[in-house]
Parts: sequence; C-alpha cells; structure tokens
Amino acid sequence: MKTEILQRLVRARAEKCPVALVTDLGSGLQTLVHEDVAHGGFGLDREELAEVRRFLREDRSGIVEIGDARLFIHSYNPPLRIIIIGAVHIAQALAPMASLAGYDVVVVDPRRAFATDARFPGISMNGEWPDDALKQLAVDSRTAIVTLTHDPKLDDPALHVALRSPAFYVGSLGSRKTHGKRVDRLREAGYTEAEIARIHAPVGLAIDAVTPAEIALAIMAQITQVLRREPSAAVAAA
Amino acid sequence: MTYENNIPEIAAALRAEGKRVALATVVSTWGSSPRPVGSQLVVDETGAMQGSVSGGCIEGAVVHEAMQAMQDGEPRMLSFGVADEQAWEVGLACGGKVQVYVEAVE
Repeated sequence: MKTEILQRLVRARAEKCPVALVTDLGSGLQTLVHEDVAHGGFGLDREELAEVRRFLREDRSGIVEIGDARLFIHSYNPPLRIIIIGAVHIAQALAPMASLAGYDVVVVDPRRAFATDARFPGISMNGEWPDDALKQLAVDSRTAIVTLTHDPKLDDPALHVALRSPAFYVGSLGSRKTHGKRVDRLREAGYTEAEIARIHAPVGLAIDAVTPAEIALAIMAQITQVLRREPSAAVAAA
Repeated sequence: MTYENNIPEIAAALRAEGKRVALATVVSTWGSSPRPVGSQLVVDETGAMQGSVSGGCIEGAVVHEAMQAMQDGEPRMLSFGVADEQAWEVGLACGGKVQVYVEAVE
C-alpha cells in the first residue's frame, strides 16, 4: 500500500465520507473509491465501480471476481445515525428500534417535559432548538433525519438544515394536508422543488400502520429501503 | 462496521513517525472464524502489533510474514485453516478457514 493512499483513506474517515479501498489481489495495486471519484493505482470500469458502490451500500467487504481480476473490496463506512426531531410517543418506539438496527440515535427536543430520561432510557438527548442541534451534530451522508413534532415551529427549522445537508434520508410526520402546507411554507422560504422532494411524507412505508410502534416500524422500514436500494431502483419505486 | 477499528489511523501515525509498517487484512473467511472480513492488524518494524485478524491463533505467523513483507515489499496472501495443507504450524481451533492479505505500507 502506498502511504499516500493510506493518508487519503484516513482523511476520508476523519471527514466521515464513505470510502472503499479496492485491492487488485493479482498485482497488489490499490484504488480508493469515494462516492463520486476514484483515486489510485488502477482504473475501474463501470461494472466494477457499480459493484464497489453496492458493497459500500450494503456495508460489507469481500473478494469479487470481475473478468480476469480478483478484487478485494474493503468498505469503510461511518456509523449510521438517526436524528429524531420531537421526543413524542412515536419517538419512544422509533428510538429503541433504530438503536437495535445498529444506528446511533439522538432525540432532539427543546421542550423539557418531552425530553426526559424516563421517557427515553439510554437514548442520547439534545435540548437545543432543532436547527442549532442539527448544525451541532454535523449531519453526514450516513445520517437519517425524521421530524415528528407536527409543529412547524420545531419541524420547519429542522427541515431548513436537513434539506441542504448530505443526510441520506429526510422524513416528516403528518398527513398529506399537513405536508401540503409544509411544502407551501418551504417554497416561500426559498427551497427548490428538488430540495423539497427529498422529504418522505407522509413518513414511512405504506403498511397501514396505526399505533406509534407500527408507525415507527414503517419509518424504520423506509429508512432501510432508502439506505440499501440502488439510487435508480429507489427512483423507480417512488 | 469496519469503522469500529482505528487501524488505518494507527498505521498512518506510525508512518508519520518514520516507522516501517505492514497491514494484515482478513479478506475471506469460511466456517466459524473469529474475526470478520475487513478485520485488520498493523505491525511495525519492531514486530509490535495492534488490532487482530483472529482470536490470537494466527497472529504470530502473520507478524512473521508482515516483517518479511516490510523487507521485500511484496504483498502476500496467507491461508489458515484445518483443511489447509500448507506448512503453517498453526490452525484455527474453531475449525474455520481464513485468508489474510499482508502488505507493507511504502
């Protein structure tokens, strides 16, 4: 391994960028593949790049044989994280569920009565106003953001940061009507259609969920789908 | 998953101190192997190691090969396991197989 590649790898990890180190086991040459760019000792064709990105998405490492090449793909992904805006009833179900699924969980709510340790045992809480909290928490491409308060005073500031962040998932609780009003407010605030279209709303997969736990399940399922699916497949399913 | 380990950071820090280092990485496993694919070990020129590629059963042999790789600059693939006919005097107690890629950082 070249020291330069090692330094690039360490830098990508410090910046919490997903990156894969690809080693040609025949020649020992190595290439570092970022989301949008590859650096290193050999080029990868489209098929190889697609395979590397699939490994990154699935968060796994291993050997693949493509043509004559035997490549070891080593995925280095930052930890998955969910930031939940609103220490509400659904959040009480979603937080432990996300934690079980391997996410670091932060619940943000400036309202003292909601954000208590008794309601969220073992979950990390942030009492700042949502936009300040999201700035503090340095949202990256392995972060999902879910707003659950229903209250524009709290949800909108969160969306203002979320929509211009690299978060892989943004979802907002609320009926179609509530979401329609939200979209109007965001347009007025200067957000583009493409930015607004990032919001999954009504939040969660359509599984006819009723109870808070079922709604949490629908949200968790949708986050998983967005995380794991190929971008083209996600568009086709939308 | 692999983010839990900080082996690349340790290797880069050792390099920055001007030390020679080699990395060993689990690239494939079969059966019950103690450390998953992607697990890493860093070895410096004195033979000191950090990290792990098994539960301690093969580290000795891996360190030896890592020292060789630092000498000749050649990466190598090591295979360990009960069914392995190679002359490694080690095996995995758990009965699995593991392949470890060893490379010097240059």
